[in-house]
Amino acid sequence: MAQEVLLEVKDLHVHFPTADGLVKAVDGLNFKVLRGETFGIVGESGSGKSVTNLTALGLIKRETAQISGEILFKGQDLLKLNSEELRKVRGKELAMIFQDPFACLHPFYRVGDQLVEAILCHEKMPKKQAAERATDLLASVGIPHPKERFRDYPHQYSGGMRQRAMIAMALVHNPDLLIADEPTTALDVTVQAQIIELIEKVKTEFNIGVILITHDLGVIADVAQRVLVMYAGRGAEMGTIDEVFKSPLHPYTWGLLESIPRVDSKGTRLVPIEGSPPSLINKPAGCAFHPRCPHRFEKCDKEIPAMQDRGGGHPEACYLSIEDKKRIWAEREARRTKAAS
Amino acid sequence: MFQYIVRRLIWAVIMTLLVISTVFVIFFVLPGGSGRNIEGAGKCSSPIAIMMAGRNPRPALVCNIVKRLGLDKPVYVQYGRYVGNLLQGDMGYSYHSSEPVRDAIFRRLPATASLAIGASFIWLVFGVAIGIVSALRRRSFMDRASMFFALVGVSLPTFFLGLVLVFLFDGRLNIYNVASYQPITSDPVAWLKSMWLPWIVLAYVSMAVYARMVRGNLLEVMGEDYIRTARAKGLREKSVTRHALRSALTPVVTMYGLDLGILLGGAVITESIFNIPGIGSLAVDAISNQDLPTILGTTLFAGVFVIIANLVVDIAYASLDPRVRYS
Repeated sequence: MAQEVLLEVKDLHVHFPTADGLVKAVDGLNFKVLRGETFGIVGESGSGKSVTNLTALGLIKRETAQISGEILFKGQDLLKLNSEELRKVRGKELAMIFQDPFACLHPFYRVGDQLVEAILCHEKMPKKQAAERATDLLASVGIPHPKERFRDYPHQYSGGMRQRAMIAMALVHNPDLLIADEPTTALDVTVQAQIIELIEKVKTEFNIGVILITHDLGVIADVAQRVLVMYAGRGAEMGTIDEVFKSPLHPYTWGLLESIPRVDSKGTRLVPIEGSPPSLINKPAGCAFHPRCPHRFEKCDKEIPAMQDRGGGHPEACYLSIEDKKRIWAEREARRTKAAS
Repeated sequence: MFQYIVRRLIWAVIMTLLVISTVFVIFFVLPGGSGRNIEGAGKCSSPIAIMMAGRNPRPALVCNIVKRLGLDKPVYVQYGRYVGNLLQGDMGYSYHSSEPVRDAIFRRLPATASLAIGASFIWLVFGVAIGIVSALRRRSFMDRASMFFALVGVSLPTFFLGLVLVFLFDGRLNIYNVASYQPITSDPVAWLKSMWLPWIVLAYVSMAVYARMVRGNLLEVMGEDYIRTARAKGLREKSVTRHALRSALTPVVTMYGLDLGILLGGAVITESIFNIPGIGSLAVDAISNQDLPTILGTTLFAGVFVIIANLVVDIAYASLDPRVRYS
């Protein structure tokens, strides 16, 4: 059974003109998100993860950015909607939660009232009814004593509770797609797991799609079905968790995987990726990763590689031949394991 | 909340006592005096008494005054007496007019209050409105024009602007008459006619400050994460602006309260330029007459107004910002 495509991003470009030059935050990006799946997006800071999703929600000011391409949400191009049409989608069918729950709730309003407001801006109903619904939602995201907590201010909540409240706020209208932009980065490790679990529970219960943006590969491996690796505003590699984690094909993905500690092979050396992310104003010619790539060859700085299936079973954007990729990854794995023993 | 208010109240009382003590020390223990000395007055020789006694006084008169004012008593006794009298509402008598200082101040309070309340109302309304419009229409002609207007306002001293406007409206255009102050109770129309120019002069500088502050605050708040959240949940732009204003205008409450408190203690320059018989001009006159009880009274009065304003602002702030209330 083919799953419904919720979101399809086609050749998206988001450029910001600045005094220093054109910042190419997103530069030709393609991906799809299906209903019922958790779609992970990973990449370093500045790789365009957040900008992509803020663009989808219309939270990037169109006057300050040059946006081209398509963002089809349930078949409708979000980039063609006017601001009022977009507002009606936002928070209703398409909801988003953010990185820092400490800063994301208004400090002067009661948490409950902020939920009520979210309910009433898309649906007319008596305030009392909205308040009851908000209380139920607080309970359903695991906030104890929701009736009392409804009347509390954000600063009386712990970080984890605030993120729960944010999730409750995102769920008020049963959205089809939930975008979680680094939802756990600002939280304690123990709380992180609870929040991720909650997002998973919500996904199954409401049968929605989730985009999980993070630089925590462990979280992605845990909960996502598919993952997109982004580098400098473009896709580097995309596939199922098994494909990308077990047989990665892009040197950047290799670098990412080698730079996280693994419990199963204790003592494995962590190998950082040399260099730093490129400037988004003067991107390297050709593949943006080539200056940091130990396997680069002539072709790499000539032309931008498209992200496509090059015989490895899932789309990626590297000019190396499939045989080379498999060989190099096997060698790198072997070297790492050897160093561990 | 109750505890918070009680704590603030206690602080206010302590602050008032500190103000009284400081004023007392400055004016009674370290008097500038006239520098004259009366031969034969002996230990009666007190600069205050000598000054009060007039030209070439007899030593006996000076001694009399010293005794009457208790200046021969130890400092702490004088202090106790002063505070004791103060608690009964007695601020002493003017050396100059022999009028009770309390009466002089209260007689002049309506003029100062007219000036302060009227001017602060104007600058609050216009300053905040200009700031909001400038921030929401950032980089528009309106924004640039009003920020230029504000820059001029911030840079112009009151005494300069006041004198220029008096020269213009009174001297040239003849549509305003300096020294025409009428109490609102005797003739409201004349009162209004006499107050509009001082209001504008006093309001302009603060209006500029407020407009710039509101604009800056609002622009900053508009970049906050919770404003993005408000948009992300689909609020209309109107509600998003309301969220932003709630945060951006809270500091204005603080500033307004303090400014009003300071002004109620007398707007010295504006009152002097426009000949408004307020507390500010009373204080200036008292200083030139070396009228110590009046100086003491007006200073104390101004100080107490600032303390009251602080108290009100603290309580208002707590009711506006829940984070203050619970910490």
